[in-house]
Amino acid sequence: MKYNKLVIDKPEDLMFGIAPNPVKTRRGLEIGGGAVYAELNFTLPTMSINKDTLTRVNQHYKEIAEGALERALHLNSKGVVLEFETLLEMTQTPSIGIELVKIMNEVCEKYYQQHGLASEIRLTPNDLREFERPALQRTSSLLEPMMELFEEGMLAGGDLLSIESTGGKEVSDEALMMCDIKGLMFALAVLGVRDMQFIWKKISALANKHNKIAAGDSACGFANTAMVLAEKKYIPTVFAALVRVISVVRSIVAVEEGAIGPEKDCGYEGPFLKAITGIPISMEGKTAACAHFSPIGNIAFACTDLWSNESVQNIKLLSGMAPTAYLEQLEYDVRLSNEALRMGKTHSQILQQLLVNSDVYTDPQALILAPENVIKISKSLIKGDTYIANAKNGALTALDIIEEAYNSGQLKLSDMETTYLPILRVDLESIPDDESQFVEMMLPMLDQSKFILAEYGL
Amino acid sequence: MSELIKKLSECVEFGKVDKNSPFPPQMKGQDGAFELTEQALKEGIDSQAILEEALVPAMDRVGKKFSENKIFVPQMLMSAKAMGAAMVVLKPYFMSGDIKTKGTFIIGTVFGDLHDIGKNLVAMMIEGSGWSVIDLGVDVSSDKFVETIKENPGAVVGLSALLTTTMVNMEEVTQAIKDASPETKVTIGGAPVNDDFCKKIGADNYSPDPQGVVEWLNKLAS
Repeated sequence: MKYNKLVIDKPEDLMFGIAPNPVKTRRGLEIGGGAVYAELNFTLPTMSINKDTLTRVNQHYKEIAEGALERALHLNSKGVVLEFETLLEMTQTPSIGIELVKIMNEVCEKYYQQHGLASEIRLTPNDLREFERPALQRTSSLLEPMMELFEEGMLAGGDLLSIESTGGKEVSDEALMMCDIKGLMFALAVLGVRDMQFIWKKISALANKHNKIAAGDSACGFANTAMVLAEKKYIPTVFAALVRVISVVRSIVAVEEGAIGPEKDCGYEGPFLKAITGIPISMEGKTAACAHFSPIGNIAFACTDLWSNESVQNIKLLSGMAPTAYLEQLEYDVRLSNEALRMGKTHSQILQQLLVNSDVYTDPQALILAPENVIKISKSLIKGDTYIANAKNGALTALDIIEEAYNSGQLKLSDMETTYLPILRVDLESIPDDESQFVEMMLPMLDQSKFILAEYGL
Repeated sequence: MSELIKKLSECVEFGKVDKNSPFPPQMKGQDGAFELTEQALKEGIDSQAILEEALVPAMDRVGKKFSENKIFVPQMLMSAKAMGAAMVVLKPYFMSGDIKTKGTFIIGTVFGDLHDIGKNLVAMMIEGSGWSVIDLGVDVSSDKFVETIKENPGAVVGLSALLTTTMVNMEEVTQAIKDASPETKVTIGGAPVNDDFCKKIGADNYSPDPQGVVEWLNKLAS
């Protein structure tokens, strides 16, 4: 791993709205430069996407962008990011996605020119490679439309480039359901890391070519899936917390390959990335309940630079269309944090403390996001020589923190949960630091028909 | 119930696959579902009785514990593995028709959608309740469903989708199934769907959780 010391090494310096390496955008947002901005994410209502519905699809996205920016203007917003996370058809047929970026960019430009409201589009194409099983991570023809959408979409106005890449998902889905921490480690710290190196070299090169922003890549299909499964009580929360920590070594690879932030909203690994690399991040919490439930509604805000709602359908609510309503909710949250920042360090620290204290001991996944724990875990995440060693060290430190909080009585865990604590520790400690040794150890235990090692350069 | 059947049922309930399997720790070194199924057959216990008195009730208990949040999925999967080990031993009896399942259940995630965790859970629980399951995987076309129904007359079909833009494909699949085979029952599930949507597309059942599908199927079979 490239990073061997933390850019932020004190919990008090891990603060919302402030990142050591802020990102400046074309229309003047300075993400991480002293203010938090809303990041609105949205999707279509229940409908098909085909040639007969394309006009309506385009109308939906135009309405969403106009509704959101008009409301932002009314609320004196300092700026907005619109995340365009494409639906499959929009990446499979890039012209659909490109047209939608154009439509929304025109709206952004109109509000900028006429009213001075700065906004940018985060363009997040789908990782189509998971359509093929076993996936052809490096040789799939499906990479072509993905890269076409990245390139043409950024030229159409998608300035911040992100993806939720899926390298390793062939292994992680089953590992998640079996609470197999070694399988997860293989999926994220071996396959995931290698695929991230491959895909982010390409994305960063395109961004550099066109002077756009390679932003980041969240472990959505891994760690967020774990969080949602834990929320449904399918798997233990202690396991989901460790999956989150392990996902850091996979998501940080985007930064190593040239991404500069803001890290994507559903990457709750963002606080660790911010501490280690200094990039700004996006997070989602209570205002993402429209898309999924979580145990980290307030604490997720503690050190974020963009505040997101994950995704909401363009449907009518009593107040107006749902994306407009969510933009308002996000704006009031960021307005509060920005007022705290304006009033000075003492006030922002008090607000952060309230956000942290209200969640921290309610769930292990919240516990690990407390700034002092983020720093402790981040120190462990960089002390080894390999991605596997770092992921293992980070997970063991997280486990120490969880056990300490449980033993002190601050964190309540059911017997069902605590049964897993020693099992997870033994499993983690059995993992060798060396990648070759780990691969050799894991291969006999995995269904090798599900993935192709050569597609990961192995 | 014989002591052996009771022991076998416990092996499935607690996920003891075979003698060598380390899980669960409290049963380490003991015979598992595989060995005890072999032993039961050797002792002349009827294969259908092994299925109906040991395996299916064990999985019913597991499903109940899961739906009451008393166990996590991994424990349920270990039970399914233990049941699978017993089924390997019983396979010849299924082939010869000595054992009859409750029916055939065809399951898949509809075209355009790649999510499979929920679908896999449902498939596993239904298999554990004594049904023969054909899992068509993800991104499954209407044609594939119809073709598989033709090959398995009387089968019940389960459709899964996780996205608001793919749940609409359930309607097309359901329509294709009903056109080709009006008597075929269709159940749907997935985060964005609900009972109203089920009725709107002409499906026969919606369940928000795997246990609900099992209960509906068992009512159909009874």
